[in-house]
Amino acid sequence: MTTNPQQFPVSMRFFHWLMAAMVLTMLGIGVAMVASLADYHWLVSIHRPVGILILILVVIRFVNRRLSTLPPFPATMSSQERFIAHESEILLYTLLFVQPLVGWGMLSAARYPIVVYGGLHLFPILPHSVMLYAALRKAHTFLAYLLFLAFIAHFGAVLFHTLVLRDRLFSRMAPWRVPAR
Amino acid sequence: MPSDATPSTENQPAPLSVSSTLARFAGIGVVLLCVVAGFLYLGGWFSPHKLTPARLVDGFETVFGIHSGFRRNHAKGVCVTGYFNSNGQGARLSKAVVFQTGRVPIIGRFSLPGGNPFVSDSPASVRGMGLDFTPGNGEEWPTAMVDIPVFAVSTAQGFYDQLLASKPDPATGKPDPEKLKAFFASHPESVRALTIIKAKLFSSGFDNSTFNSLNAFRFINADDVSTPVRWSMEPVDAFKPEDPAQSANPDKNYLFDDLIARIHSGPVQWRLMLTVGQPGDPTDDATIPWSEDREHVDAGTLTLDRVEAEAPGNCRDINFDPLVLPVGIAPSDDPMLSARSAVYSQSFMRRAGEKKESSAITPPDVQK
Repeated sequence: MTTNPQQFPVSMRFFHWLMAAMVLTMLGIGVAMVASLADYHWLVSIHRPVGILILILVVIRFVNRRLSTLPPFPATMSSQERFIAHESEILLYTLLFVQPLVGWGMLSAARYPIVVYGGLHLFPILPHSVMLYAALRKAHTFLAYLLFLAFIAHFGAVLFHTLVLRDRLFSRMAPWRVPAR
Repeated sequence: MPSDATPSTENQPAPLSVSSTLARFAGIGVVLLCVVAGFLYLGGWFSPHKLTPARLVDGFETVFGIHSGFRRNHAKGVCVTGYFNSNGQGARLSKAVVFQTGRVPIIGRFSLPGGNPFVSDSPASVRGMGLDFTPGNGEEWPTAMVDIPVFAVSTAQGFYDQLLASKPDPATGKPDPEKLKAFFASHPESVRALTIIKAKLFSSGFDNSTFNSLNAFRFINADDVSTPVRWSMEPVDAFKPEDPAQSANPDKNYLFDDLIARIHSGPVQWRLMLTVGQPGDPTDDATIPWSEDREHVDAGTLTLDRVEAEAPGNCRDINFDPLVLPVGIAPSDDPMLSARSAVYSQSFMRRAGEKKESSAITPPDVQK
């Protein structure tokens, strides 16, 4: 099987789609659980361990990205657009790393046990402080909205390239193998 | 890129017509709007009348006002510490570390219900005991109990309806009888529960009150057998009924002052009694008592030997969330548990960042 140099390597595409599904699910669970009484508990029970999993995955993903060869940008992208694409990638990686860390930190500051599964706990990363908890809890909401907006911008840009410019931008990250041209 | 005078149709698609371009832009807009709408739907933006944790806590703020830094319910309280000596009897029901023979440190809080942190103690006031078992293995077992035999409502909606119906009318200082009548007409379970609650005599103080979990939980033992359980803290001090002379006392903190004096005279103790449910016992409705003849397991003794005013880092800063549970205790099918967890979190989130004022029970009070 020959790899298409116009496509991201398989490992990068795997992390992209896995984490896209996880992050969208987490954003959905997040907004739903804070507005829910009956479903609050089971949603929180999923939200916490999946958040920790995302934190682990984003570190592996970042290392993998640094070790991978990236396909070139399509010719349809101006230098400004390339700059924006690059900066938004940094923003997304940063949010994916910081958001679960803030979640872990706020649970630590509130002195909640940080349950991964069953009796498996994570250690607190901050001292017990309700003021710190309040600030991090607000930050967690703010970062979630920022992450959602970044996703909408990213999704909109890909749709624009794929449906209007029709420059095969999507095929770079398509989950399936696209033959080289 | 080298320019190509004759680009192949394969690499360079034919240009779109203006109408086709606009249609595609519109399509993209619709897709993005649908995604945004989906998230707003999940967040409850399209159901403004649905009861949420925020609206329930707003209800407390409507009735009691906002008291900066205090719990929205059970606002008036005092901190205690001590330990639980487990006798190992609970281990056959639950594999939780707290039920193995040994000692577990306790952070506790005694409280009165309602959102007013400076409310006067009164004879008919329900009393609350919050405990946080801290076995030291990373687990916590907080439990918030009250001294009534059953809960007055079975659902969060019932709780909210009762809260608003009981709001004192500014003109009379008493709840509107019409609103209370309407509440009881639509909540027969609360009528039945209040009959049971009112039949019980009030004790003379926190120290001789029995505190109950009310909601049922599931205990899971080492063989993974799950048993429905409700628990109570039964006082070692003998029950004494409330004396009318107590409430005639002009001291508006008499219940707390008596507790402080009692702890200064020596440790106060309770026995943790586990009530073992039978198949068919309701686990999803805390307004219904279980039969008196259910088996009771004495799991050990709670000793409280220190009392202090609410302050940074002590019981003030703990959320007694009923669903922070150790391995060996799991939620039952009672919908109130998830609702309580959500509402406690909402109250905790709001008060955590607020400026803290001194509690009604001050550091000099606990020195007396």
